[in-house]
Amino acid sequence: MAAYQKLKAARANDRPTASAYIRQLFENTLELHGDRKFGDDPAMLGGVGWLGDLPVTYIAIEKGDSTQERIRRNFGCPKPEGYRKALRLMQQAEKFHRPVVCLVDTSGAYCGEDAEQRGQGQAIADNLLQMMRLQTPVISVVIGEGGSGGALGIAVADRVYMLENAVYSVISPEGCASIIWKDAGMVAQAAEHLRITAADMVELGVAERVIPENFEQFDQMCEQLKNQLLSDFAALSALPAEQMLQQRYARFRSIGQYQETENA
Amino acid sequence: MNNILGLFRKSGNQLETGGSAGLQPADTRQCPSCKCYETKAAIRKNKSVCPHCGYHYRIGARHRIRMIADPNSFCELFDNVRPQDSLRFPNYAQKLQNAAEATGETEAVVCGTASIDGQPCALFVMDARFIMGSMGSAVGERIARLFEYAAAQQLPVIGFTASGGARMQEGILSLMQMAKVSGAVGRHSEAGGLYVTVLTDPTTGGVTASFAMQGDIILAEPKALVGFAGKRVIEQTTKRRLPADFQSAEFMLQHGFIDAIVPRARLRETLAGLLRLHAGKEAR
Ligand SMILES: [Zn+2]
Ligand SMILES: [Zn+2]
Repeated sequence: MAAYQKLKAARANDRPTASAYIRQLFENTLELHGDRKFGDDPAMLGGVGWLGDLPVTYIAIEKGDSTQERIRRNFGCPKPEGYRKALRLMQQAEKFHRPVVCLVDTSGAYCGEDAEQRGQGQAIADNLLQMMRLQTPVISVVIGEGGSGGALGIAVADRVYMLENAVYSVISPEGCASIIWKDAGMVAQAAEHLRITAADMVELGVAERVIPENFEQFDQMCEQLKNQLLSDFAALSALPAEQMLQQRYARFRSIGQYQETENA
Repeated sequence: MNNILGLFRKSGNQLETGGSAGLQPADTRQCPSCKCYETKAAIRKNKSVCPHCGYHYRIGARHRIRMIADPNSFCELFDNVRPQDSLRFPNYAQKLQNAAEATGETEAVVCGTASIDGQPCALFVMDARFIMGSMGSAVGERIARLFEYAAAQQLPVIGFTASGGARMQEGILSLMQMAKVSGAVGRHSEAGGLYVTVLTDPTTGGVTASFAMQGDIILAEPKALVGFAGKRVIEQTTKRRLPADFQSAEFMLQHGFIDAIVPRARLRETLAGLLRLHAGKEAR
């Protein structure tokens, strides 16, 4: 059950969380807070800094790396104000022609009463609409879990990278197992059938690159990731904005598998 | 999405076949809201709204189109785009076949062009009877094509949503339809096109988190369930019971996420009025 092993690896408590990547990838960072509408979501981080010689904006879902931090970060489940903060910072990046790096690690957007009252659906919907036409390059990296709409809310990007053991799924395999087999114990089968692995993402056109993991030599791993980001940003920034948006649209437009019968 | 769990209330039919079924003549229905009995013919004549309490029954896509579009004005588009079981997901092929047989549809959305009181528009209508109105690749493709077509033809789009969210049997491909359709909505919008959504019972999950909430004007039918996460999932997360009106159209209006609640009896004239208003002087 390869998919299930990866699911467990992606969720492992000792796996580096977003803050570790931010410290390693970027220099001279300043974290920027708040959505300017309601509050500041600790599950969604954002800020500015340098990726090598390139000024960038970063957005990241942070799960927390200790029990206390996990509680403070709401276990990496962002609320509407988190998605709105992300969008605010992306639109600021657009104004100053800064590329955007999004680090995705969430089991999903927060499912709570307050999140519904403040429009979780509307917040994500707005991000999808605005990210699709954001006139600056965006690269999203799934560093752990890519949980459904909560992940997609910061992953409408020009390129999507998957870490080697990261997963990306429309529904949690647990949720799927209990619906399909009425048995949460069928998680491994569900994970397999849902096609959640990095290799699946590349095969299905959802991701472009798989980033090898090497947490023992995390600095080296991040150096490689940084070089990959810089090289893709260089290519994307060379395109006229219209062409970049056209390619971003075409990227998502082509995802999906269906039949097309003759008679229209 | 996580919210397929616990989304779907028991339908009216369940009550019909439930406890008192033995006493109930076959051509009547008990209203799930006020419990009155009424003949099916009378309910249908009243646009499938309970004549006593105003409960809006769920209706299929073709029924909706007949109610909204001018007679014989509907021209279906993109029905040649059909679902397939590309991930070979357990029982999905059978599920598709069953849904097709039960509804007479080939997917959970019907797209096309029509006129409403003489005003031309592009129209998509989701059908909650087809695998909970869930969105897979073919649903996303049909709707994306409709927006592209409407942008090219300079037509407004009217969309009726009714969905449990993404279709998990198509895995990640179904999630990506949210982004795909959002892109097409954006392009239609940038071309100056009007997009009006009508949220009907139930509009949830990935559809709420994408094109349902992207209309220039967002309408809803009374008491329609509208939300992102499933109620049961929220109750499991927060360990608290939710108020009865939670995630209703009225709740969404109160919290500022929709423009207006329009009873079914007034939908056609409301939509025609909006189309006319955006068409300019000559249409008045
Ligand atoms: Zn009554
Ligand atoms: Zn009634």
